[in-house]
Amino acid sequence: MSGVGTNMTQPFLSMQNVSKRYVGVQALDAVDFEINKGEIHCLVGENGSGKSTLIKIISGAVRPDEGAQIEIKGERFLDYGAIDAIHRGIEVIYQDLSLFPNLPVAENIALSQIVARGNRFVNWRDVQHIAEEAMDRIGVELSLDELLADILIADQQLVAICRALTRDVRLMIMDEPTASLTRKEVDSLLAVVHDMQSKGIATLFVSHKLDEVLQIAERVTVLRDGEKVGTFSSQELDDEKLTMLMTGKRVEYTQYVAEGQNDDVLLEARNLSKRGNFQDISFQLHRGEILGITGLLGSGRTELALALFGANPPEAGEILVRGRPTHLNSIQEAIGLGIGYVPENRLEQGLIMKQSIGKNIVITILKKLLNEFGLIDLNATQATIHNWIEELSIMVPSAGSPAQNLSGGNQQRVVLAKWLATDPDILILDGPTIGIDVAAKRAIHDIIRELAKQGIAIILISDEVPEVLQNCNRVIVMHKGRFIAEYDPQQATVDEVQDAIYLAGNYSRYRPRS
Amino acid sequence: MKKWLRRHETYVFLVIVLFSIIITSQNASFLTLENLFDLLKSYSFLGILAIGVLFVLISGGIDISFTAVATVAMYVMAIATIQYGGNMLTAFLIACSVGVALGLINAVIIYVFNIHSIITTIATLNIFYGVLTVLSGGKWIYGFPTWFREFADRRVLTLTNEAGVQYGLSTITLIWLAILIMAWVILRYTTLGRGLYAMGGNPDSAARVGFNIFRLQMFVYAFMGFLAGIAGVIQALLVQTVAPNSIVGKELDVLAAVVLGGASLFGGTGTLLGTMLGVALIAVMSNGLTMMRVPSFWYNVFIGLIIIISVSASAYRRRQRERRMIAVEAE
Ligand SMILES: Nc1ncnc2c1ncn2[C@@H]1O[C@H](COP(=O)(O)OP(=O)(O)OP(=O)(O)O)[C@@H](O)[C@H]1O
Ligand SMILES: [Mg+2]
Repeated sequence: MSGVGTNMTQPFLSMQNVSKRYVGVQALDAVDFEINKGEIHCLVGENGSGKSTLIKIISGAVRPDEGAQIEIKGERFLDYGAIDAIHRGIEVIYQDLSLFPNLPVAENIALSQIVARGNRFVNWRDVQHIAEEAMDRIGVELSLDELLADILIADQQLVAICRALTRDVRLMIMDEPTASLTRKEVDSLLAVVHDMQSKGIATLFVSHKLDEVLQIAERVTVLRDGEKVGTFSSQELDDEKLTMLMTGKRVEYTQYVAEGQNDDVLLEARNLSKRGNFQDISFQLHRGEILGITGLLGSGRTELALALFGANPPEAGEILVRGRPTHLNSIQEAIGLGIGYVPENRLEQGLIMKQSIGKNIVITILKKLLNEFGLIDLNATQATIHNWIEELSIMVPSAGSPAQNLSGGNQQRVVLAKWLATDPDILILDGPTIGIDVAAKRAIHDIIRELAKQGIAIILISDEVPEVLQNCNRVIVMHKGRFIAEYDPQQATVDEVQDAIYLAGNYSRYRPRS
Repeated sequence: MKKWLRRHETYVFLVIVLFSIIITSQNASFLTLENLFDLLKSYSFLGILAIGVLFVLISGGIDISFTAVATVAMYVMAIATIQYGGNMLTAFLIACSVGVALGLINAVIIYVFNIHSIITTIATLNIFYGVLTVLSGGKWIYGFPTWFREFADRRVLTLTNEAGVQYGLSTITLIWLAILIMAWVILRYTTLGRGLYAMGGNPDSAARVGFNIFRLQMFVYAFMGFLAGIAGVIQALLVQTVAPNSIVGKELDVLAAVVLGGASLFGGTGTLLGTMLGVALIAVMSNGLTMMRVPSFWYNVFIGLIIIISVSASAYRRRQRERRMIAVEAE
């Protein structure tokens, strides 16, 4: 069924010589780009390589610099804007999904259609009808009366797709649609993309998860520093080649080997339970150890992490920090005990977008930066900021520019820097590399390993089994709030752990029609 | 059944019932048709303003200046009516035009200069009120024409109590009801109304979907001004005098009613039913405390307490719901 409807003679969209310059950065530099009717096309590149910028130009949200040529179905545009894109059937699903949390699902799907028609009045049966029709097109079922805020992120994504489908879409663009989805949910999404392809709808998507890029895309376009490296058929690529093309260098994965076991137990949990969250959790975390926890979304891993950070106190069981029983009823207490936590949902709760990058980094440690007069020591502040920008190789025009100008991946690094700067003894990282490119991922892994070497005890929570296997002393699989298996990364294989996760779960929320 | 338990309105309603029982046990004349009609008349003013504030809150903004707008509208209307005559229709027309104009000033400042609505309307509250005080010299106005006085006493339904005093459903209450129905249709059945919810929920997305944010803002603040105009006339009808300080200061009562009714200060949520229950709660509290002969300063303390309890209860329920959501899979 692959390649259905691909028409090689005339591309759906063709762009030549697209450039975009922002103050201090050449976000795009004379890029040519093409996508065919019904094609599944992927855009990859390191953080800040210009992917989102290209997408914004295709959608008409950002105007390219002088000299760009844009053609849709052979039609030339002189002054291409958002209206042209919409009228030609180009729909974008942004990373924030652009939905309305306070409105029901049905209305979220139908609203843009109703506005587009110019209706003065809203007929609720019509709303229902539009929503049902859109869901039918890709064979998904969502509860239409529920408020959007009350459904899972994965379902919210489907809502965004359904909304786009209420129009006559020819090209669906998704910016990192899978960043916050679990493997299983990604599979459902990819099934939807295939389904759209069979209806002649082209999909262009951005992703940092290379295996999934190779699995679904017919062609892959690689950007590096705003320049196009090339467009390749996914058959001629593999993980390693793709990484090479993106970074210009070879990035090798090495297995983390812990330097002997330290007997000093920093954190211990004894039979922790909380109804609806987790059940009977016991473990010991040693100085310098990296403990990996993996499992599906909703397996209780984040709830457990929050419990260890004082934000979600357990109902039963005991938590011991450095051998001493503690209650951990508040975040302040946890921080006081030297526990740090990098939250999962960093895009939402991590950054003050309008503030400068530097301020965002030091905001958690202002107290440490006071000089003898109790005022903020500007030199120390600058030094700290620059140290972290360098350490995490954050690509910034200057530390003073606002966080919102950064590319998505670089924003995530800023959040990470902010929490690492607190210099904790026990560090809980919940999905620290979501949305971060391969090279940077590697850099962050190196940092984590380095921190462990310095004696910090780390809990690394991640969806990505390879990530935990490569970087941990021990890996635990969580399912329905319980620890169900433990692995030694030296011996376990990715498939073995993967199987443990999926066989345990029967997580079938999405129902393909066929 | 379960759905009801999740709604804020249910709890407000239960509290009203509870208060009514307590008050009635102390003073039986609380739960009489006469007192009810009386409250429905005297709280039209608050009820109408609350509808306007609800619209503003839903759209993600806030308005503090509406009492000053209502006062200015009331003054202009009173002066024009006493000098040039006219009828009820012209009185409302004049007051509403003034209200809409002042509301548009708010909208333009908020949108064009991109200043937060709370700052803008605190400023305009002072400006509108200040200019009025200077121009009017703080003078009270009396001597409305007879038709103006008569309208205030007009009823659509008249009953007589044992003492022979007439009471009933006032025309003023009907105006409130008409506005309520209009507001309900706008919020529920027009693209404009859904746009207000959309804008309050996520302004960027609302713009992307195709709503004209500026137009929505203009509408919201103009509508608030329009209702302030009507409320101004109603206040004049109720007390038959116009004083510069008779309305200003009531902002907090109105905001309290709307917030008690479940509207969020962060925008995007709130219902007319909730808002009306909020108004009812305030009315019952205030009237009930008087009837139980509780000194009036306690009223403020009670309102404050109820707001805190109500807001924390709804925050608590929201947190519970989020918990339930995260923990779907764990058993
Ligand atoms: N509005 C803006 N003002 C200034 N610079 C910007 C702006 N938007 C993007 N940039 C810069 O342009 C470059 C490309 O950013 P873009 O968002 O396209 O990267 P990306 O490939 O999407 O990266 P990521 O994978 O991290 O999302 C970055 O260096 C970014 O800082
Ligand atoms: Mg991006």
